[in-house]
Amino acid sequence: MEELVNLFHGFAVALQPFNIMVMIVGIVLGVVIGVLPGLGGANGVAILLPLTFSMPPTSAIIMLSCIYWGALFGGAITSILFNIPGEPWSVATTFDGYPMAQQGKAGEALTAAFTSSFVGALFAVIMITLVAPLVASFALQFGPAEKFAVYFLAFCSFVGLSKEPPFKTIAAMMIGFALAAVGLDSITGQLRLTFGFTELLNGFDFLIAVIGLFGIGEILLTMEEGLSFRGGNAKINLRVVLQTWKELPAYWVTSMRSCVIGCWMGITPAGATPASFMSYGIAKRVSKHGANFGKGEIEGVVAPETAAHAAGTAALLPMLSLGVPGSPTAAVLLGGLLIWGLQPGPMLFVEQKEFVWGLIASMYLGNIVGLLVVLTCVPVFAAILRVPFSIIAPLILVLCAIGAYSVHSSTFDVMLMLVFGVIGYLLKKCNYPLAPLVLAIVLGDKAEEAFRQSLLGSQGSLGIFFSNTLVSTIMILGLIALFWSVIQQGYTRLRGAVA
Amino acid sequence: MTTGSSSKPGPTHKLVEAGITLLIALFGVIVIIGSVKAGINWGAEGPRAGFFPFYIGIFIVVSSAINLWNGLREDNDELFAEWGQLRQVMSVVVPTAIYVGAMPFTGLYVASIIFIGWFMRWLGKYRWVTVLAVALGMPIVTYFIFERWFLVPLPKGPVEEWLGL
Amino acid sequence: MKHTAQTALGAIAAFCAVGISVPASAAWEPVRPVEFIIPAGTGGGADQMARTIQGIVTKHNLMKQPMVVINKSGGAGGEGFLDLKGSSGNPHKIIITLSNLFTTPLATGIPFNWKDLTPVAMLALDEFVLWVNADKPYKTVKDYVDAVKAAPAGSIKMGGTGSKQEDQIITVAVEKATGSKFTYIPYKGGGEVAVQLVGNHVDSTVNNPIEAVAQWRGGKLRPLCVFDAQPMAYDEQIADGKSWKDIPTCKSQGLDMEYLMLRGIFMSPKATKDQVEYYIELFKKVRATPEWQDFMKSGAFNTTFMTGADYAKWVEVEEKRHEVLMKDAGFLAPPGN
Repeated sequence: MEELVNLFHGFAVALQPFNIMVMIVGIVLGVVIGVLPGLGGANGVAILLPLTFSMPPTSAIIMLSCIYWGALFGGAITSILFNIPGEPWSVATTFDGYPMAQQGKAGEALTAAFTSSFVGALFAVIMITLVAPLVASFALQFGPAEKFAVYFLAFCSFVGLSKEPPFKTIAAMMIGFALAAVGLDSITGQLRLTFGFTELLNGFDFLIAVIGLFGIGEILLTMEEGLSFRGGNAKINLRVVLQTWKELPAYWVTSMRSCVIGCWMGITPAGATPASFMSYGIAKRVSKHGANFGKGEIEGVVAPETAAHAAGTAALLPMLSLGVPGSPTAAVLLGGLLIWGLQPGPMLFVEQKEFVWGLIASMYLGNIVGLLVVLTCVPVFAAILRVPFSIIAPLILVLCAIGAYSVHSSTFDVMLMLVFGVIGYLLKKCNYPLAPLVLAIVLGDKAEEAFRQSLLGSQGSLGIFFSNTLVSTIMILGLIALFWSVIQQGYTRLRGAVA
Repeated sequence: MTTGSSSKPGPTHKLVEAGITLLIALFGVIVIIGSVKAGINWGAEGPRAGFFPFYIGIFIVVSSAINLWNGLREDNDELFAEWGQLRQVMSVVVPTAIYVGAMPFTGLYVASIIFIGWFMRWLGKYRWVTVLAVALGMPIVTYFIFERWFLVPLPKGPVEEWLGL
Repeated sequence: MKHTAQTALGAIAAFCAVGISVPASAAWEPVRPVEFIIPAGTGGGADQMARTIQGIVTKHNLMKQPMVVINKSGGAGGEGFLDLKGSSGNPHKIIITLSNLFTTPLATGIPFNWKDLTPVAMLALDEFVLWVNADKPYKTVKDYVDAVKAAPAGSIKMGGTGSKQEDQIITVAVEKATGSKFTYIPYKGGGEVAVQLVGNHVDSTVNNPIEAVAQWRGGKLRPLCVFDAQPMAYDEQIADGKSWKDIPTCKSQGLDMEYLMLRGIFMSPKATKDQVEYYIELFKKVRATPEWQDFMKSGAFNTTFMTGADYAKWVEVEEKRHEVLMKDAGFLAPPGN
């Protein structure tokens, strides 16, 4: 009960006119940041952090967290319209969102994405409101072995999905792992696979690969088929929002599942990107329309978006209560807290009640404001597809170049992006799946790091991955997910035998 | 589609795919070499830096070999794409490559203006007024969003230096 | 506080303002935005400090041109150092350094040495504290050292940030001082390390004060000693009636190791005296602000300030020391890599 009283106090704080203004400014900036590829949530928040120094801490954190929500919403826009994920966690949204846009259903896809994001965030905020302390202690149980198990699970629930030949899937995935390995090996502090090129110190950034493989690759495919974007006939009025809303409740099971996956991944903290992939993978397996995933199924937009937003929101919880960031953006927000003289950690909820509950209240309000802002813009976004290809294509290419550059302020990355674009075009034509490649780049080095940290701790014994209930459960879930199709076949056969 | 081998309207799928598979295998070999340099054994403190990449490299080479075999065995006369289509693709790739390659020298803004202008005029056949409006407008908007609001410096060249931006 | 809206708008306006510089005197001043490079990722200690400085400079209008912060963290910061090394004669680029100024070139063999850059000023030194989980029975360094010695070699896990960097160097030094062997587990960031200690996934850490203070105040961690020559200066109570000042030095507790991490500023090669002077004055002004002092207090920093020849000499001595420490620990990059 005390929480609810505190929350009402929080609403009173968040509803001050200045804070509401700050909220709207934050959301709009966030959407802009999310739309521009490369200028991700973490960069955006970091860039705007000093701007908030002259505000009171509560207003400042409201603004920064609203930038974060805005970026989460915004990431979906370019994924759906142009197959260019503005943020890593929107990659899975392209799988069905872009085909929908090509079929003239951009408005539906955007509405579904925004609404699902909202549902995911709302679920996570309610969880934060009610069970914050409990959740924090759960997060403490995650050592390296548990983290590896989570990555393993995320991976297993996604692979084995593609229709492409298995050895091409393996090759694509391994290319991703190899690219992820380039640069500094974080365990030994040694450089590897750089062959003396200082440009490779940074390794291959996920965003650059994705902008190239998906964005540029898609433009090249479009060029091959003639100069037009399909999907120009998208409906561009607000009625499409209401129509889509009528459809969405049918997917409540997927929604709830994605919420849970998202919250869990956000807290552990594995982050929004693996959450979106995992949620998509599981939805594809258990859904009735599973076979249609990848061809423009609305459920394939709902699942990753809900999970990504739930994870993004839940990631703030370990930051506030433990001082450990659940995502790169949370890490920057954490820095902000310290600069304002707020010490995140177990005492924050006790000593800084006004701040914490003001922030939590702003999560509710910020997401509502965000949803309203982006939904009213759906027709505008959908109308972008009507711009002729020979105008929009060079603009997209330039934006991609800016995005690739701003990731590490390096012109080498821009060239890399183009190379990835050509590779993406060729691989796609030759039936190599790109999704496992991308997932491997995201999770590859993190999973390897957690794996080797675990082995350091256990002095080389693999038993550590089955050393307690938590880690064994996750590992076994992962194995089940990996061999799901085999298990399913066995089950059908068994039923056949019985009958 | 066509049976004659001399007058095909484009490269065969089989040929291109074999080429790409070989390139992937080459990439695998590079990964293996790099890993061996970094140390591939299992030290006292678990695997060393090159341990995982080494096996990843092996996987790439082996799966490429299988893919190559499968690809060559297939009886498939399909075209990868027609020459005309490939020319279309190259008409984007080549200018983009020039654009990207020029960026470290000319800066982003000048290169972008020329690139957008060229694209719209040459491929889109727009009137010069439209071309100029978009080609100049976009970099200017970009300048204000990135350099002024978000304080993200983008690559600049002699023209920006001269303008004192 | 009453004019919050106005001040905020003012800040935004100042932020967007196009700085047209009219040099008042002959002294050098930046004529373009100054790029402030961080050779580490977003959210880390160096990043926090750099962004605090950026905020202070903006808020107090200390510079006519905007200050732009850029993270170049690739290759343990090597990317940032090489970028600055390649910007010879560009006075609009400065870098904040941490110990990776020494450790990264030594451990990775990238072609860089601090002498490639122009030293500007030491802003502060970051302390290192030996932390254990509060549930553990060790109350003093002696309890801890006894437990370490009694345990089989390699069974005590020490968590730290990065590999072959400051945390691991200290770990090796502690190993030497106690004659025992730890298992060192590297993590990505300091906050994560502290939480791993709270969750008992490691047995001790050498976190910076700012990384672990929250957990100390929450009663989850206990500081044993500080790796400095004298106790820290801050006597404000933090937890269990103790302040930073009450933490004894490790040396006084029989653990003979001192280590402080540089938080200093360098600029691109071939900077003129005027240019260096400008930045020294700028940082002097930054250090005088109340925001900076609050920041120093929250992280229990050692506020030693040095410039010019003193600073260069300090860095040179530290470099020699790191070379010896890293050579002894076997952290040097294999030749020809």
